Amino acid sequence: MKILAVCGMGIGTSVILTTNISKAVHDLGLDAEIEVADIWTADGAAADADVVMTSGELAAELGDMGVPVTVIDDFLDPEEVRARLAAVTGH
Amino acid sequence: MTEPPLSRLLPVDAILTTVHVSDWRSAIRTSGELLVATGVSTDDYVHQMLKAVDEYGPYIVITPGLALAHARPSPAVLRTGLSWAGLAAPVTFGHPQNDPVHLVIGLAAVDHDAHSSALSRLARMLADRGRQEKLRSAATPEQVHTLITEYEESERT
Repeated sequence: MKILAVCGMGIGTSVILTTNISKAVHDLGLDAEIEVADIWTADGAAADADVVMTSGELAAELGDMGVPVTVIDDFLDPEEVRARLAAVTGH
Repeated sequence: MTEPPLSRLLPVDAILTTVHVSDWRSAIRTSGELLVATGVSTDDYVHQMLKAVDEYGPYIVITPGLALAHARPSPAVLRTGLSWAGLAAPVTFGHPQNDPVHLVIGLAAVDHDAHSSALSRLARMLADRGRQEKLRSAATPEQVHTLITEYEESERT
């Protein structure tokens, strides 16, 4: 599966979010690749993604992506990221 | 290419511990001015950091109490670097869950990759609530820098 981490600028929040997504993927034993996109490139990058992870504000900005969009409140909390990823992937 | 360590991307000169600011704009401006003062970016980048929040909202408040102020890589970025502005009194950014903000970390990057392992390290360091509290309550820039250097060394071994 492919997980897309979306942030506004592509250099800060997505890097931090990706750190915790990688950890969650490992903990859950998922076979997943993680890709990063900023708000401009998210639409194209989401075409072959299975799940999009981002913040509440950016989720509202993105609108309907055609794939589940999971909102993360605390980007630094590995447990929140793991729980949300587990819920959306059914693990 | 070896990436510079976190302790070098965030030197003592780029750290302030008890800054008085009136609102989120002045908090971001403070973190940006530290980037300018340490030769990381030009003034233009500070405006871009503010504009990013005007455009996309307070999503840069990535965890309770902490904002990661940044904009896109641009010619206004002279080299990759970080700054640290610990606020004397917290300010609100308008984030539904993570307000109020006690600490603004400024980030400028020349590209999308060169800083990623230092930033991941920063994320791991701050994810530990106890350590984050210790960093936030450090009284001087030297103390913050020492704590970061110690953490970095502990991860390396």
